[in-house]
Amino acid sequence: MKPNRPVGIVGYGAYVPRFRIKAAEIARVWGAGEGGLPIEEKAVSGLDEDVISMSIEAARNALRRAQIDPQEIGAVWVGSESHPYAVKPSSTLVAEAIEATPLVSAADWQFACKAGTEAMQAAFGYIGSGMVHYALAIGADTAQGRPGDALEYTTGAGAAAFILGPGEESLAVLEESLSYVTDTPDFFRRPYMHYPEHGNRFTGDPAYFHHSVTAGQKLLEQLGRTAKDYTWAVFHQPNVKFPSKAAQMLGFSPEQIAPGLLVGQIGNTYAGASPIGLTATLDVAQPGDRIFMVSFGSGAGSDALSLQVTDAIVERRKRAAPTLAYVKRREEVDYATYARLRGKLQMA
Amino acid sequence: MPMELARNWRLRRQRLSLEGAQCAACGHLVFPTRPVCPKCRSRQLQPYRFSGRGEVYSFSTVYEPPAGFEGYAPYTVAQVRLAEGPLVTAQLTDVDADSVYIGMKVEMVTRKLFEDGENGLLVYGYKFRPPVMAPTNGHVSADVLAHTEPQHEAQAPVLVAN
Amino acid sequence: MRDVSIIGVGQTKVGEHWDRGLADLAVEATLAGLDDAGLDNADILYVGNMLGGVLSGQEHLGALIADLAGLRGMPALRVEAADASGGVALHQAYQAVAGGMVDTALVVGVEKMTDRLPQATEEGLMLAGLGDYEAAQGVTYVSQTAMLMQRYLHEHSLEVGDFAQFPVNAHRNAAANPFAMYRNQISEKAYRQAKMIASPINLLDGAPWADGAAAVVLVPTEQAQAMGRQGIRILASTLVTDALSLTERDDPLALAAARASAQRAYQQAGLTPGDIHLAELHDAFSILAALTLEACGFAARGQGVKLGQAGDIARAGRIPIATLGGFKARGNPVGASGVYQAVEIVQQLRGAAGQSQIPAARVGLAQNLGGNGATAVTHIFMN
Repeated sequence: MKPNRPVGIVGYGAYVPRFRIKAAEIARVWGAGEGGLPIEEKAVSGLDEDVISMSIEAARNALRRAQIDPQEIGAVWVGSESHPYAVKPSSTLVAEAIEATPLVSAADWQFACKAGTEAMQAAFGYIGSGMVHYALAIGADTAQGRPGDALEYTTGAGAAAFILGPGEESLAVLEESLSYVTDTPDFFRRPYMHYPEHGNRFTGDPAYFHHSVTAGQKLLEQLGRTAKDYTWAVFHQPNVKFPSKAAQMLGFSPEQIAPGLLVGQIGNTYAGASPIGLTATLDVAQPGDRIFMVSFGSGAGSDALSLQVTDAIVERRKRAAPTLAYVKRREEVDYATYARLRGKLQMA
Repeated sequence: MPMELARNWRLRRQRLSLEGAQCAACGHLVFPTRPVCPKCRSRQLQPYRFSGRGEVYSFSTVYEPPAGFEGYAPYTVAQVRLAEGPLVTAQLTDVDADSVYIGMKVEMVTRKLFEDGENGLLVYGYKFRPPVMAPTNGHVSADVLAHTEPQHEAQAPVLVAN
Repeated sequence: MRDVSIIGVGQTKVGEHWDRGLADLAVEATLAGLDDAGLDNADILYVGNMLGGVLSGQEHLGALIADLAGLRGMPALRVEAADASGGVALHQAYQAVAGGMVDTALVVGVEKMTDRLPQATEEGLMLAGLGDYEAAQGVTYVSQTAMLMQRYLHEHSLEVGDFAQFPVNAHRNAAANPFAMYRNQISEKAYRQAKMIASPINLLDGAPWADGAAAVVLVPTEQAQAMGRQGIRILASTLVTDALSLTERDDPLALAAARASAQRAYQQAGLTPGDIHLAELHDAFSILAALTLEACGFAARGQGVKLGQAGDIARAGRIPIATLGGFKARGNPVGASGVYQAVEIVQQLRGAAGQSQIPAARVGLAQNLGGNGATAVTHIFMN
């Protein structure tokens, strides 16, 4: 699916907190890790950080690249499964901070790890229909994982923001997109619970691989293309192995996914995961390059998008900090400090 | 504790956008805004948005925090000389206390300042930190763009998607 | 304008008065002041206090303390100017007597700081700065002063240890003051090794918060003479204000209000800094001792620390300060401290300071600051 009029990405920006904990350090505490660890290390949010603060910084980076008047943004949508409030929007505060208020549509999306790309797709529709000129779509999470659980090794923190707009103003134009959705509940979190429940290996084949690969195949079929028609590809990345394998199943090479495969360094940033992969890929893409992107959210399915990079990328990407500037900005912490930063210590 | 609601709302421009004021009569810049210009006593002050760039004028690391900030200590506070001239008092973030020095370049970010109790409002506002990237000059260093090799070897006993 | 004298002083011991509340302390000092003056009444009561509401859950201190002191019906009010509350209350009383509005004015400064935990006290004290902008950032009262010290160290190429003589001197002088909180001696080595509170201010650099109350009784000098009492004359009383926030001042280290209030006081008294025999300064932190020595004209800019190092601030030095312990060793019941300063100078000028006596002291200066000099009150006394 795509609108009748060309749409695309006008500006983009990422944010990753500076703290890191090594998976080996988590294994040291919980005595696991036999047979290898799913990632090298993951990003940990600071005491003063959450989805709102991370979204604001990513959005400001996107604005720096887009160089548009924030008052022209018609929609601000934040996708996350760790909104700081149960009730009270994140998006209104983000919109206020970037001065997009008050004539703006705003909403928070909760759609597992697919909330970020879902917001992008909806934004494309808003822009394509002419309802708004620009829309801001954000995927961000401070991912939760129960101490000692397999998830804890990978749950990271980060955000990516995209200012979407008309194709002629874009640094990457949307060629086609689709959503592939079933009700496959492999992972969820009930109200009042701190940590999600998951179906262990059930999250693999019937969930991640089925949805990611099928969505990818169907998009390639619709476009009459193969993986070789793309310079780059980005997948949802709960660990290093899953996206590597999904890419292989669709015919993408390790080189094609390399720039956008950051999970080994920052962890699984949930709704931010494939969006941050995309910002990192845009940081290195050249005009004319095609980018293939597949998101995945547990119980939410997959979105697949095909983008083509324009000449505008060359100047615009220099205007804000590249994704790797955040990835390389790191302060390693031990498990005790990590437990403090993530509020895992029972204070009362 | 709804006591913070109206105040936080009232101060949103100052806290989120570092909005101060400029005197329409003499051009003097102030942060925060005030009703009368301290230089020429003109009452014509217009909102003025500061860039958020500046450098540390002085600083202190707080080891004995006030109520409401216990969970954040130790933290470093600073007086920041904004590029446009005024000084602003704020916390520093994303920086180790022992690496702060007078003259250190900093930039404004928006962070959570405090929580108004366990079930109260989350209050956000400006803090300052060392710039992630030098002021935009069109150049991105090769070091920053150089990609780190992902770990293709890694395997875990159980991998969980979401 | 009438010439004004202090004819009575009273004070409680400064410390942790677990068994006594705000009003108990205030009444004890008030009655001691009246007794010392040989009076059983006054025309008005000024209560200097900063944190009664926040830390004791008690406002409306004028009527409360007048009533509890057996003075029901007396005009009474509370004066609040952060940690300058006591000094400003004295200034108000001086104006009332000097201007002929009243003949006998009673001033009591009181603070009760130990009823709440330290973090609550910090929260209260930082209200001396800009609540919306500084308290919201977790910028404590101590860290504000610490930023002054950090900048001073930077501008004058000093190190923390250079300030050691301020607390060492204060503790030495407090030894003979029965009302002081800390009468123990401290060493330069202990100072250098003390744990940080808000860097670069450490535990031995800052004055301890404490409970305490002090009172003075003012009358026209003519009346004091008619009563046959040895009054201590108030030659000058000045009040100057500045921006609340250090960051809103043109030059934070200049303490412009402290400087202006001292200059006006010298002018009012017809004296110069060289005429002052002892000074009680707002030495709640050693950086404030250094900066106020400069602001009061005893040292050039950046030279305040050197007066400490050279021994000029000691009892036998050129300008003795903290002669009975100062804020640092007497203790700092914030809203009362400005009145304690006056009480201690009166003791010195009466020649009643015992082992702490400054020989032949005739002229003393007291300067009390609120919020690092957003309020500055200077008094000059003479026997």
